[in-house]
Amino acid sequence: MTGGDEAGARVPRLWRLAKLAHDDVRQRPVLLYPEGAVLLNDTGRAILDLVDGTRTIDAIAAILAARYGADVRADVIDYLDLLERQELLSYAQGPSAVG
Amino acid sequence: MPKAPPPSADGPARAERRPTTLLAELTHRCPLHCPYCSNPIDLIRAERELSTDDWKRVFTEARALGVLQLGLSGGEPLVRKDLEALATHAHGLGLYQTLVTSALGLTRQRAEALRATGLEHVQISLQDADDANAERIAGVSSVRQKKAAAGYVRELGFAFTVNVVLHRQNLDRIGALIDLAAEMGADRLELANTQYYGWGLRNRDWLMPTRAQLDAAQPVVEAAMRAHKGRMQILYVLPDYHQAFPKPCYGGWGNFYIVLAPDGRALPCHGATELDFLTLDSVREHSLQWIWEASPAFNAFRGDAWMAEPCRSCERKALDFGGCRCQAYALTGDARNGDPVCTKVPHRPLIDAALAAADGTDFRYRGFADARDAAALP
Repeated sequence: MTGGDEAGARVPRLWRLAKLAHDDVRQRPVLLYPEGAVLLNDTGRAILDLVDGTRTIDAIAAILAARYGADVRADVIDYLDLLERQELLSYAQGPSAVG
Repeated sequence: MPKAPPPSADGPARAERRPTTLLAELTHRCPLHCPYCSNPIDLIRAERELSTDDWKRVFTEARALGVLQLGLSGGEPLVRKDLEALATHAHGLGLYQTLVTSALGLTRQRAEALRATGLEHVQISLQDADDANAERIAGVSSVRQKKAAAGYVRELGFAFTVNVVLHRQNLDRIGALIDLAAEMGADRLELANTQYYGWGLRNRDWLMPTRAQLDAAQPVVEAAMRAHKGRMQILYVLPDYHQAFPKPCYGGWGNFYIVLAPDGRALPCHGATELDFLTLDSVREHSLQWIWEASPAFNAFRGDAWMAEPCRSCERKALDFGGCRCQAYALTGDARNGDPVCTKVPHRPLIDAALAAADGTDFRYRGFADARDAAALP
């Protein structure tokens, strides 16, 4: 398991300039931003579709766990942390009031 | 932040190599005359530029090939009166667009019209933070118009990048340049040292920064990256002449990039017109797919079979692809040589000699062959 309670309490938000899209040539979801693009897999897309600037990581993981019947919290944290290191995503600490 | 999409395990397999980025040099006409311009020495005149319909067809072909990012560049792309029509077409194809502009001609009306096309991202160049020096570098007065245009770009909600080509004549004001970009409200700031091809190579002695300038700039940039984190991303590109290893030019020849010259010739990189042994095929005669997959130019330096030693047996070839072909050709006379920037390559003394010779005293403005012959000196 990656991260303690506080890791799951963070609220991810996509970079203002990043845009989720679907590439129908490669038949892959893709994250587009100035001067760059990241090809995603369907799992990545499923996570990012739930990143809305209000949900916590734990809330996102709970929705995905219910959908897939598996504990995906560690994978979600790893994935979002990777995007954060690339500055494609940032975190606000703590659960949102409107979450 | 990766400059080009990385060739990660998550990316497309080699067998299905697809371009991600098309840089469309819509025109070589430009109100600025920067002596490091990435356009070729032999500039294309207006009457040889592709038509509106040609560009639209090429954008459609590019998307079908897999292109995701479209750079609308030049010269100054705002010179093209059909820019809005082209951006509307490209947006309909789903291309993420960047307007690469000097901002001269970017009136509020023009900015609003471009916003309405769906174009996402505007990149404005700055020549210097000091007004008089900026005008000396660009050969034309521009700073006031750039600041006004930056205001429209922010107000209209574009993603906004400020780009500065760094060199000996402005590097000492890097702190002021960063402050100016922040004041203009940039989301991103690209601080990229000059690359030495074409105009830049011609003016190398005037442009090459000293080691002392670079040493002074480094902590300023690092402090600014911390200070602006979360508000303005700062990319800093060092001059490759001062490095021990070459840059992975365009992520490897014919791997991700297509540059289209105003007359429709397709180039694997900006500098490729300097490779005078290459036949550069045009979208006037060929489909973009044929050019990408089968043309001699795009296949000339794919893979590593073309490499000479020491590159061919070097473990770094997977990182830098042997560096820049145009630099190898311009400086050693053989494009198959390793990039002379590399300290493992026997031609490295050419780079060290250039560093020693740079004295910063003379330059020539970019321009059409017969328009600007005289070097201007302050």
